Amino acid sequence: MDQFLQLVVAGLATGAIYALAAIGFTLVWQTSQTINFAQGEFVMLPAILVLVGTHAGLPVWAAFAVASIAFVLLFGFGFKRFLVEPMQRHGVLPLAIATMALSVLVKEAAKNGFSAEAQPFPSLVPDGMLSLWGAALSARDLAIFVVAVVAIVGLQLFITRTRTGRTMQATAQNPTVARILGIPVERMILLTFLINAMLALVASYLVSPVYLAKFSNGESIGLAAFIAAIVGGFNQIRGALAGGFLIGLIDNLTAAYVSSAYRTAVPLVVLVVVILVKPEGLLGRKEERTV
Amino acid sequence: MTHVLEVSSLKKYFGGVKAVDGVSFTVEEGEILGLIGPNGCGKSTLFNCILGQLTPTEGEVKLDGRVVTGLYPAQLNRLGVSRTFQLLQVFPNLSVRENLILAGQEHKGSMIGRLFGARDAGLTAEADRMIAFFKLEHLADQKAGGLSYGQQKLLDAAMAFMAGPRLVLLDEPAGGVNLTMLANLKERLQIINRELGATFVVIEHNMDFVMSLCSRVVVMAEGKILAEGPPSAIRNDPAVIEAYLGH
Amino acid sequence: MIRRLDASLLILLVAFPILWLLPSGLKSYGLYVVSLWLVMSIAAMGLNLTLGYAGLTSLAQGAFLGIGAYATAILTTKAGWPLPAAFLASSALSFAVGVLLGFPALRVKHHYLAFVTLAFTVVVFLVARNEQWLTGGVFGIANIPRPVLFGSDLGAALPFYRLLLCVTLVLALAMWWLLKSPWGRAFLALRENAVRAASLGVDIRAYTLLAFAIGSAYGGAAGSLYAPLVEFIDPAPFALSASFVLLLTVVAGGAGSFFGPFVGAFFSYMLPELLRATGGWYLIIYAAVVLLIVMISPTGLLGLIERWRDHRSQAKAAAARAAAAPTLGAASGETDSLGKGATQ
Repeated sequence: MDQFLQLVVAGLATGAIYALAAIGFTLVWQTSQTINFAQGEFVMLPAILVLVGTHAGLPVWAAFAVASIAFVLLFGFGFKRFLVEPMQRHGVLPLAIATMALSVLVKEAAKNGFSAEAQPFPSLVPDGMLSLWGAALSARDLAIFVVAVVAIVGLQLFITRTRTGRTMQATAQNPTVARILGIPVERMILLTFLINAMLALVASYLVSPVYLAKFSNGESIGLAAFIAAIVGGFNQIRGALAGGFLIGLIDNLTAAYVSSAYRTAVPLVVLVVVILVKPEGLLGRKEERTV
Repeated sequence: MTHVLEVSSLKKYFGGVKAVDGVSFTVEEGEILGLIGPNGCGKSTLFNCILGQLTPTEGEVKLDGRVVTGLYPAQLNRLGVSRTFQLLQVFPNLSVRENLILAGQEHKGSMIGRLFGARDAGLTAEADRMIAFFKLEHLADQKAGGLSYGQQKLLDAAMAFMAGPRLVLLDEPAGGVNLTMLANLKERLQIINRELGATFVVIEHNMDFVMSLCSRVVVMAEGKILAEGPPSAIRNDPAVIEAYLGH
Repeated sequence: MIRRLDASLLILLVAFPILWLLPSGLKSYGLYVVSLWLVMSIAAMGLNLTLGYAGLTSLAQGAFLGIGAYATAILTTKAGWPLPAAFLASSALSFAVGVLLGFPALRVKHHYLAFVTLAFTVVVFLVARNEQWLTGGVFGIANIPRPVLFGSDLGAALPFYRLLLCVTLVLALAMWWLLKSPWGRAFLALRENAVRAASLGVDIRAYTLLAFAIGSAYGGAAGSLYAPLVEFIDPAPFALSASFVLLLTVVAGGAGSFFGPFVGAFFSYMLPELLRATGGWYLIIYAAVVLLIVMISPTGLLGLIERWRDHRSQAKAAAARAAAAPTLGAASGETDSLGKGATQ
């Protein structure tokens, strides 16, 4: 029971990180039909940028600040303006393929421009054990969970409580109608790309102290976020959230109770079953589907 | 005597919407049957149910006395039912000739036989005859996507006849076609009907076209059959006039 | 289309003797690079059939490369089979698995199909990494033998390259034959308009499965040649990114053009080796180049040429229409104007 509780907390912590990436993934899909195959690299990169900064002699806080600003500019604004916009008129697949190329590009740049080895990353929370209801729990897992949930709740409040947020939500749900209603659609789409970059940023800073910063980190995180988004419902933020936690839990429980070698395989099987049986996702609305 | 096509109490519901609501009619050998009705009366849904594109909620479709409800479109086509669509459906990256060969090839021999047999499935001569018949000779080697709208419409119709079909369902063949082209199309259809003995069902909004081409007309409204009879009778049927003017 | 494929045949037959003679002066590393180009061209040719001609988005070609490579490695090292037998068995196995993977393609299309095939690729990778008794796990399988055919040892770099060239030619000819056959036309129809194709009697299900299976068999065949080329395999080259790169290869070269895979494979596998002199930066340059190609011309490099040719033939068609107008009377002249105006 004790171990099970630990696994659940670890699963929720992993799941929270997946959820951050999956929500961003879903947002940009909703507003601009972008399937971002480079989403994992988006989570890998900010930590590397911070380390580039500290290696160049910047104090840690400055490295974080510079890396964050640079990343959001390049992969929020730049991604939208210089890759998505020109590719959009060609359709979903050519755009998706372009993001695949971007994924290879970012990964190789991180490997050759920085390091092929995993590097330690400054942790924002001290590691240690907490005792809760008689179970020893990892403080770091709890902290990750809490920070991620705060970020998600903050996003949710922004979307539901602010005018801009509600406008963005309307754009995400139906860009055509939004345009008719006179909403500045382009600015709202840009906003979703900026939010996507910021969520990736948070995920990156949370996950890197645990797994170390490495150019190849994006592969597994990207895959998990991707599965979470589709399983939960490609077109729903709460779907991506639920999917993230679900995949995080499945991931950790599989590793402990079934087979650690095949921990990635179980979420994939879930993915295939969902696609074949309920392609709109567990919480998703029915959308386009071909026979 | 068996009918070429027999539709009995066919229904198709989309949730609560009764798109087709108990339609029965027959089509006889060699006839050109017109199917008319206001927009949204269920004509195209009826076509799609007959052709296996949609599964009917209830009812039965018989081809030459054989039940064919639930067969796939490709299976029905190989049984000799061919169609055109309301919107243009040619293959833009194939040449005109290749479009026609494609339209006939699946009727020639087995799949394996086609892989190892002639590259054109032995259909070049047939395709060229069809091209000549529809007066598209000068465009035979052009990609279909580069043709004008009217020319594509002719090609679309020509493709329906490549396999020597027994029954052809034409969904608005005259839509968007100019008058001269229309006369040409009508004449082509009449010749094919006469010479090949092919049976037609035609959905059309152009009343002059329907009334001069068809020997019998079925009128649909709100998913049901409203009237049926020779063009002269339909033209003067008060219920039909009401249905059209009411909309 | 027929005329264009005939030109393809001509190019193939002219290229063969050139490629036979050209690399004879190369050192073994250079020969390895051109050999790799041939092998990956075969894999890309298969994906080009599935993706470029039949329009089915597959992220599984890297997995089939792996299935073919492992099947051949296991059969030749552990069971002592000769390479030709292992080659046929690997291709047949990939064909069969391809049929199975094709079934989801009957239900879902486009990006959903990409997701399903992506899952398949990751699972194949995990099996290769974890089932040590079969695949050697992360330690891989070493000493994969090169073949001895008709009593002559083809182990050295040049003879083995020439063997690969012959196999590539045969497979390219087979692909050419297939694409020119009614099957090729049906695959294209599947991509352009499946509903219309079905209404013309094209068995969508059968052709979808076949497009997947034949494409996969080419992937398996390529893998079967890759194993003896590198003589040692481990799971790394068959990870998900390998399938990404193969997809990019086909798209950058020109999906749906006959030589697209060869051009694409040159960019993806030969160019990086040529750029090795630039240090660690070659993959970055490669990825940037591919990204640029995809962005400038989503139909690939050969797509650019095709567009130019279409443009020219459109102009010719317009000329033909104009020239034909007098004989057809006013009819064909009015078609254009009324046709567009009278749609409802």
